Amino acid sequence: MAVASQVLTSEWTKIRSVRSTVWTLGIAVVVTVVMGAAICLLVKNDFESMPVRERLTFDATSTAFAGMGLGQLAMIVFGVLVVGGEYSTGMIRTSLAAVPQRGTFLFSKIAVATLLAFVVSLVTSFVAFSVGQSLLGPDLRVGLGDPGVLRAVFGGALYMTLITLFSMGVAAVLRSPMLSLGILMPFFFLISNILGAVSATRKLGRYLPDQAGQKVMKVVTTGDDVPYGPWGGLGIMALWVIAALIAGYLFLKKRDA
Amino acid sequence: MIEAVGLTKRYGAKTAVHNLSFQVRPGTVTGFLGPNGSGKSTTMRMILGLDTPTSGHVTIGGHPFRKLPNAPRQVGALLDAKAVHGGRSARQHLLSLAQLSGIPASRVDEVLGLVGLQDVAKKRSKGFSLGMGQRLGIAAAMLGDPQVLLFDEPVNGLDPDGILWVRNLMKQLASEGRTVFVSSHLMSEMALTAEHLIVIGRGQLLADMNVKDFIAANSTGFARVRTPDTEPGLAEKLTSALSEAGGQVVPEPDGALRVTGLALPRISDLAHEADVRLWELSPHQASLEEAYMQLTQGAVDYRSAVPPQAVPGMMPGAVPGVVPGGVPGAVPGGMPPQGYAGDPYAGAYGPQGGAPGPYAGQPGPYGAQPQGAPVPGPYGAPPAPPQQPQAQPQPHAAPADPTQQHSEDAR
Repeated sequence: MAVASQVLTSEWTKIRSVRSTVWTLGIAVVVTVVMGAAICLLVKNDFESMPVRERLTFDATSTAFAGMGLGQLAMIVFGVLVVGGEYSTGMIRTSLAAVPQRGTFLFSKIAVATLLAFVVSLVTSFVAFSVGQSLLGPDLRVGLGDPGVLRAVFGGALYMTLITLFSMGVAAVLRSPMLSLGILMPFFFLISNILGAVSATRKLGRYLPDQAGQKVMKVVTTGDDVPYGPWGGLGIMALWVIAALIAGYLFLKKRDA
Repeated sequence: MIEAVGLTKRYGAKTAVHNLSFQVRPGTVTGFLGPNGSGKSTTMRMILGLDTPTSGHVTIGGHPFRKLPNAPRQVGALLDAKAVHGGRSARQHLLSLAQLSGIPASRVDEVLGLVGLQDVAKKRSKGFSLGMGQRLGIAAAMLGDPQVLLFDEPVNGLDPDGILWVRNLMKQLASEGRTVFVSSHLMSEMALTAEHLIVIGRGQLLADMNVKDFIAANSTGFARVRTPDTEPGLAEKLTSALSEAGGQVVPEPDGALRVTGLALPRISDLAHEADVRLWELSPHQASLEEAYMQLTQGAVDYRSAVPPQAVPGMMPGAVPGVVPGGVPGAVPGGMPPQGYAGDPYAGAYGPQGGAPGPYAGQPGPYGAQPQGAPVPGPYGAPPAPPQQPQAQPQPHAAPADPTQQHSEDAR
């Protein structure tokens, strides 16, 4: 355990001594909050002219989280840089020479980054929610005390954290930050959305990590035909994350550094 | 003590290291030599447990690295000086490594001082020169004050001052009883730094011996004879006289003769009998670099299109006594390999032979020292590395050029 605490201290030093940490996490917060705020403002102004169906199924909570689709990309960059940076710089050899227990090394590293990501996500989620609600105005807004809202806001933080974890697992497998980003960014920005929108692949698409995970941020589920609930969706996402982390661990353990 | 037994590493069809067995002992600097791509780095990585050998094994102090208790306190390594996050300051980089190994933060400032980086400790390593990067890497290797140190090409990109600093550091570390294993592709550097050599080519062991033995076995002495160029025909006359007496004579481009197989007094006598005056009769040692190239020639993976004759330091004609591509045999001609020059380094690094070695820019320190002359070098007597008894002075330990006195040696 002594080794784990050494890695934790060391990783904390590493993570706070590079600028990319501040940049990526900062962008994640700003983009999520600002985008959410902008959408809330637009919706508030156009609400009267929206179709009845949309007005009836309007979800004030998830509207405030509209920026998360973009904000999560910055979190992905953060996760990829934390793990992949070790490979792109060659530090991994120095690190593994110091800590031959590769599993301890990887998971302690991931733990530090995850904790930081969770704190940032929690702040992001609550700020995005309250800014969004205050912009939606008294007619549309919901409160944290309303049914399912607190779960959705807290779930939003968990979602951002899990997506960071997932990208760290993928980066541990692929090693190259460029390759990892080249796969993760288009996937979560485009491909997943396309798969979820096309009727032929929708049934498959909703089991993808981001689509399943995003369910937890929805409060109004009328007309929603997905076969899992908010926590079920987050559970599916967690399975993806666990699979990515196990793959990352196995690759690190077996492969030459 | 590092011990490799039958170490083999294959990447698909390509064998990077083949059946390598050697020992690296404490108390001496062991040089690990080989051309680029010969498997040095792969071997280093296997020693550190980063790469898994296809077969065979390597241990440090009897344990495989990954089973070594408290590894970072026992083994320090510089594998790649560029393996740092450029955005992190030197101090933060070392601090993260110290914390990783459970080493107190105070040691970070100690090693920064040791390598002379204390003034740039807060600067991001992105802006470091190659030499500063090497120093940072060396600092990282020394963090745990380990008994076993591995350095992969530590002098790459260093200026002469830096090279000298690294050289003295290696020797000092070894004199403290540590195991020091240094790889390089520069024979000349290793001849000055190491006491023991392990030479590989194409992943196979070519030589594993004491530096002096290596020099004796791999470089041959020869005599340079010059006849008056005012009288044509004398050179031919002498050549035939010397050949008749059993010497091998090779003309050099500038008109001198390179004679092997005959002792100097004998050459003088023969010239006298043939009634040939001599303008020069001097003892020389074939360049070590040349011998090393001969030794590893068959084992070079990436060769330039330039013929070997064009390589500085190479002279026409093969060096007797060196079997290309194999462990050298005995020197033919019955001539003792060190028959001419008592100092094996004198010929190798001297200005003669048209060989502007890697140190040509440094006047003096590697040139021929007068035999037995006192050497009042500024670097004189590094804390007495354990040496085999030897009669000759150690020009590599004490270059006598006062202009070389720099703060480099501050530690």
